[in-house]
Amino acid sequence: MSPAFPLLSLAIWVPIVAGMLVLATGGDRNAPGARLIALIGAVLGFLVTLPLYFGFDPNAGGFQFERAVPWIESFNVNYHLGIDGISLLLILLNSFTTVLVVIAGWQVIRERVAQYMASFLFLSGFMNGVFSALDALLFYVFFEATLIPMFIIIGVWGGPNRVYAAVKFFLYTLVGSLLSLVALIYLYNVADGSFSLLDFYRLPLPLPAQILIFLAFMAAFAVKVPMWPVHTWLPDAHVEAPTGGSVVLAAIMLKLGGYGFLRLSLPIVPDASHYLSGFVIALSLIAVVYIGLVALVQSDMKKLIAYSSISHMGFVTLGIFIFNVHGAEGAVIQMVSHGFVSGALFLCVGVLYDRLHSRQIADYGGVVNTMPVFASLFMFFAMANSGLPGTSGFVGEFMVIMGAVKANFWYAALAATTMIFGAAYTLWMYKRVIFGAIANARVAGLKDVDMREFLVLGMLAVAVLAMGVWPNPFADVLHTSVSDLLSHVAQSKLPVQ
Amino acid sequence: MAMNYIFPLWPAYPELFLLVMVCVVLVADLFLGDENRIVTYALTQATLAGCLLITYFMATAEPTYTFSGMFVADLMSDVLKLLVYIAVMVILVYARPYVAARGMFRGEFFGLALFATLGMMIMISANHLLTLYLGLELLSLSLYSMTALQRDSAQATEAAMKYFVLGALASGMLLYGMSMLYGATGTLEITRLNEIIFSGGGNNVVLIFALVFIVAGLGFKLGAVPFHMWVPDVYQGAPTAVTLFIGSAPKLAAFAFIMRLLAQGLGGEQLVAEWRQMLIVMAVLSMAIGNITAIAQTNLKRMLAYSTISHMGFVLLGILSANVNGYGSGMFYVMVYVLMNLGTFGMILVLSRSGFEAENLDDFKGLNARSPWYAFLMLLLMFSMAGVPPTVGFYAKLSVLQAVIDAGYTWLAVVAVLFAVIGAFYYLRLVKLMYFDMPVDAAPIKPRLDVGVLMTLNGLAMLVLGIMPGWLMKLCMDSIQVSL
Repeated sequence: MSPAFPLLSLAIWVPIVAGMLVLATGGDRNAPGARLIALIGAVLGFLVTLPLYFGFDPNAGGFQFERAVPWIESFNVNYHLGIDGISLLLILLNSFTTVLVVIAGWQVIRERVAQYMASFLFLSGFMNGVFSALDALLFYVFFEATLIPMFIIIGVWGGPNRVYAAVKFFLYTLVGSLLSLVALIYLYNVADGSFSLLDFYRLPLPLPAQILIFLAFMAAFAVKVPMWPVHTWLPDAHVEAPTGGSVVLAAIMLKLGGYGFLRLSLPIVPDASHYLSGFVIALSLIAVVYIGLVALVQSDMKKLIAYSSISHMGFVTLGIFIFNVHGAEGAVIQMVSHGFVSGALFLCVGVLYDRLHSRQIADYGGVVNTMPVFASLFMFFAMANSGLPGTSGFVGEFMVIMGAVKANFWYAALAATTMIFGAAYTLWMYKRVIFGAIANARVAGLKDVDMREFLVLGMLAVAVLAMGVWPNPFADVLHTSVSDLLSHVAQSKLPVQ
Repeated sequence: MAMNYIFPLWPAYPELFLLVMVCVVLVADLFLGDENRIVTYALTQATLAGCLLITYFMATAEPTYTFSGMFVADLMSDVLKLLVYIAVMVILVYARPYVAARGMFRGEFFGLALFATLGMMIMISANHLLTLYLGLELLSLSLYSMTALQRDSAQATEAAMKYFVLGALASGMLLYGMSMLYGATGTLEITRLNEIIFSGGGNNVVLIFALVFIVAGLGFKLGAVPFHMWVPDVYQGAPTAVTLFIGSAPKLAAFAFIMRLLAQGLGGEQLVAEWRQMLIVMAVLSMAIGNITAIAQTNLKRMLAYSTISHMGFVLLGILSANVNGYGSGMFYVMVYVLMNLGTFGMILVLSRSGFEAENLDDFKGLNARSPWYAFLMLLLMFSMAGVPPTVGFYAKLSVLQAVIDAGYTWLAVVAVLFAVIGAFYYLRLVKLMYFDMPVDAAPIKPRLDVGVLMTLNGLAMLVLGIMPGWLMKLCMDSIQVSL
């Protein structure tokens, strides 16, 4: 395929156009049509991202598949796309997850099917946009645009307290991102009227300005990650969101935060990043340890997994801010792995919820007797969530801990407690839900997973296992990009006196 | 000499055409029965379309002065006038079923609408304090009467009274300020005014006093805090079709008014420093009080009134940057605001029917279940009001913030952003009502075809302009560049 072929644009616009077609099917009379178009759109959307992987040159530095077209000329904004290894993995993860989400919602969603499917397709396109934008304004536009479909998804198809959760989700993220918008405009003015990220990378900035910009960016990305103490929207949003919403939220939307740190904060304000790294690391460690403990006492399965997500994302921010190759690479691997694992766990809870309409651990027990296939799949994902070697969960955590040891032994020691807490809360939940005597008549009447559910969980299981046993295809595309990034971050951008 | 006075005449062709046509419309209407009132409507629309064509084909980039320098046609006036025509045409389409159902579908409504349009056009093209005032009064008096058009509604009458009394007070202040300007400089011509002040003429103390009165008067007309008290009452009390009128096109004229007076007439450096401080206070207060008070409203029209106040705060932010960039962003913001406002009030009109006013927030409950398409259009409008990309409202906020930061007021940008988040809350609440709640009203939503088509274009414009905002931004910047 010729390099001029707009693959990245396809990755963004195929899902969005498919979403429009799905919306055009109208009301629920045409639900089967809406589902079919959505599936075709999602699969096509995934297929167009595959050539990105195979055409990607893992040894080349900088950005690949670059394209720039003038967009808003009076502001010198370009439709400028390009990816490195980090974005590549996240784009693949996103497009893959969209397919799963469409299948997962196939029968479960019966009301306003077209709008449900279209929201996820739009979301997928917008997120691919975030991951491939090289123009700060374009990045921001996609970053913000993701809020609209997610707001609708949580609010329309969510649980009883969905309105509160949706509004909280929206406003929390909006505060952060608007502050980062101010920072971006400031940079635009300093850069003599350019929104190009590549120009921002070269821009010398005094330390006080860097610190303010860093904090503004952090307001946006820390909320998205989410870091302690701005994490409180996530458990609410997860508990109230429909299964598909939770999957996308955990698997991809949280990654926007980690990605933002890597793409914006670190290279644009490297000195402030170093200066404030202790602060970020402290918050990350609190998330890992404290939130891990919080997860232990949850009685709601979704909430437990939500807290587990926060704790795992603490690993990501820790890995990013220890500034070495192991840490940063581990962080990206952890992001991808967490995408698979948490997505799978939310799907597992969804499987149970669709049958008994309860997420309370206390309502279950002895599920293995009635759903053996499900129990074994769930087991596998629970193990992956606790970081068992051989699963993807292990690779990322191991690399981050290895990086942390180099930076400071105590970081590593604290971070490693997650191996214990993670295993504790995940397996304890698993034990209470799956093992033991059959808890009640409703559990006794459970039916095992059907083909559709098996397909979705099975695909994820393959991904988790593959990444655990043979992480090289994932890690290889990262090496150059991560070391490029780190060498850039190592250079001071303070103006020469 | 007498001939030279009005030559060249062509820059004023649209105004002259409109004036002639208003008379034609009024006279023709006398001979029409109620069943043929549609002819008046068609004539009115044709008049506006005629103005649109004249302005479009007469447009020149360079400012042309006429009537001995009392009247100017430049790119800014052409652009603003074109949008005024379009806005009024759209308003009339949206308003027609509403006014017809309430016994207001009469010649007066159209005559007043056209006179108001003429007033706006004169304000936009004024290069003389008297012309400016004349246009303003023509507009205001038409609006007062339109507010009171529903004679048997006590609410509307009260609103009209309040509007008139406070409007007259504001006009008085403006006039007082203008007389001081005349006393200090000896001229009423805006371009001359600027030259005289620039060359050091005029007593500074008198000028600053004049400035205070003028800014206060402008604040009243724009509806900025602390001169905003009339806005919520008038918005709520006036018939929705009239609220739609008051809230949209006149904001364009008000912007032109500020541009002519503050930027062109009093744009000298030492005076900018003076009025900038006042505008900062007004902008911050408008954003604060507008956004915070809007949260507490249950009446949609009242909520939108407070939202207007906060939007005007944003416009002031652009203007107080006091450079091409800032004025241009203010102009862009006003134009976008007018489009959003048209759509939002248009939607209220679509949901209203004979004997029922859809003016409470709860009337939008479950709109998605009743009509997914109109709910989607309203969703676009609300996110645009909140300034969320990819809608055009985001670019309006972006350009203003950029201008403010460029002028060195980063803190103002941060304040503006924080209030924008508060603002987002009540727009979201409307989306929530439409999408997350069950409908309480099952009446089918079947607007007339022309209303439906325009509503669709209006809503989708939020998205289309959001994807391609560049040309409109450039047009605004160019207009300001040429006119300054």
